[in-house]
Amino acid sequence: MRNVAIIGIGIIKFGELWEKSLRDIAVEAALNCLEDAGTDRVDSVTIGCMSSGLFNGQEHLASLIPDYLGKNNIPATRVESACASGALAVRTAFLEVASGISDYSLAIGVEKMTDVSTGMATYALASASDQDYEAFHGITFPGLYAMMAKAHMERYGTTREQLAEVAVKNHQNGALNPFAQYPFTVSRETVLNSTKIADPLRLLDCSPITDGAAAVLLTTVEEAKKYKNFPMVIIRGIGSATDTLSLNQRKDILEMVAVKKAVQNAFKMAGKTIQEIDFAEVHDCFTIAEILVMEAMGVVEPGNAGPATLDGLTALDGKFPINPSGGLKSKGHPVGATGVAQIFEAVSQLRGESGKRQINNPKVALTQNMGGSGGSCVCHVLEVK
Amino acid sequence: MNVPKHWREIPERYRMEAGKCTKCTKILFPARLVCPFCGNKEFDKINLSGKGKLLTYTIIRTAPEGFEDFTPYAIGIVELKEGVKVMGQITDCNTETLKTGDQLVAKFRRMNEEGKTGMIMYSYKFVPDLGI
Ligand SMILES: [Zn+2]
Repeated sequence: MRNVAIIGIGIIKFGELWEKSLRDIAVEAALNCLEDAGTDRVDSVTIGCMSSGLFNGQEHLASLIPDYLGKNNIPATRVESACASGALAVRTAFLEVASGISDYSLAIGVEKMTDVSTGMATYALASASDQDYEAFHGITFPGLYAMMAKAHMERYGTTREQLAEVAVKNHQNGALNPFAQYPFTVSRETVLNSTKIADPLRLLDCSPITDGAAAVLLTTVEEAKKYKNFPMVIIRGIGSATDTLSLNQRKDILEMVAVKKAVQNAFKMAGKTIQEIDFAEVHDCFTIAEILVMEAMGVVEPGNAGPATLDGLTALDGKFPINPSGGLKSKGHPVGATGVAQIFEAVSQLRGESGKRQINNPKVALTQNMGGSGGSCVCHVLEVK
Repeated sequence: MNVPKHWREIPERYRMEAGKCTKCTKILFPARLVCPFCGNKEFDKINLSGKGKLLTYTIIRTAPEGFEDFTPYAIGIVELKEGVKVMGQITDCNTETLKTGDQLVAKFRRMNEEGKTGMIMYSYKFVPDLGI
């Protein structure tokens, strides 16, 4: 297997982009990525997108996107694993390069969610749960995470204030991110008094509906030596795992087994432990998700993520910064783009290009992107040379 | 949703039919072709009791399409006597006093009306188990 480096990253400002189409945003992010890399060479493309069929009535992105990118006729693949589609696209591009099938492989994550009504968007998102045995009964994604939040509060004594702190912290970071959909701070009181969505979760516990895209260009470490514009970022480990689609079928709804295994697999490949990670970009689709993921990744023991967050462990200047980008909460969550946007942030931080939200001299980063209520998870360990 | 999509789930939704693994005796709901615990492919058909206790729940305030008229409604995960965990709505109760650990029982209820076809869908919902 060949060693793989990331030589280009591209993103667009996330938001409600009424004037731009699905293909516009995917191509724009890809062009930004190629400009960043300083090369136009693309041997293959992988597109991560959860549900362009339901959001835009458009499938067959493996044909559409390369063509509009000016790369007609090259091999292209679209991958889907709900909200983990983006990281899965990066993993697929990694396999292209590592295996020797492609020398230059581009991963694009995209989701254009505001072409439909909120009701339709909720329906599209619910298709990442078990349609026949979860969604059929009227559950929503906020509802699934709300059940986990209630169980966590009852088992470990996690408080509403601790959950709110995740949102407060991520908005503080996102306020410093020019690509964020909601680049402003929120107070704890605002979170605690926002509209009830699914008890105990409120509106500001939830990530928003977002249009967005991001892209990364991968090549071999050998080939990457030709590009000297910035420090080389190497993909040291990839890890992927799955779990039951239905939340109710898990042995323990508070144990995110797919996250645990994906992280372990990525660490094993990278030869790293959690102690060697300088910061992480994680899947905070809801405030409780960041809490559960911290515990599954081994940042803290189960039950300790709430107090640790309130103590500032995961703040930008904390011992273990989480979501310097602002996370899904403040940066926005265009589902298929999120996993690629996490890699964008990790590389940007490792290169020292993150401006006001720059972490002090990080060397190793972890990204964690998951689908649905934790039915799939894809992680990457990145290191700057 | 089209008619067969609901119709084929009727044994599960109306009668809570489940599969009991003939090898490791674990009960699977809905039934499967392969036992995830032992790999066995043979099952006996059984009907679940519908009786169990509430593990966790939420009150839905913002509902998906087709459920808007029912808000706020309670939905949770119930662990049945048989060891199976099932998701379902909790009704005929005061959502304010509902709590984890409550004894519930599944009842046959109207779910909602499918928008395009007008098909009325029925399924189990959980209600407080008063022992009667
Ligand atoms: Zn078995």
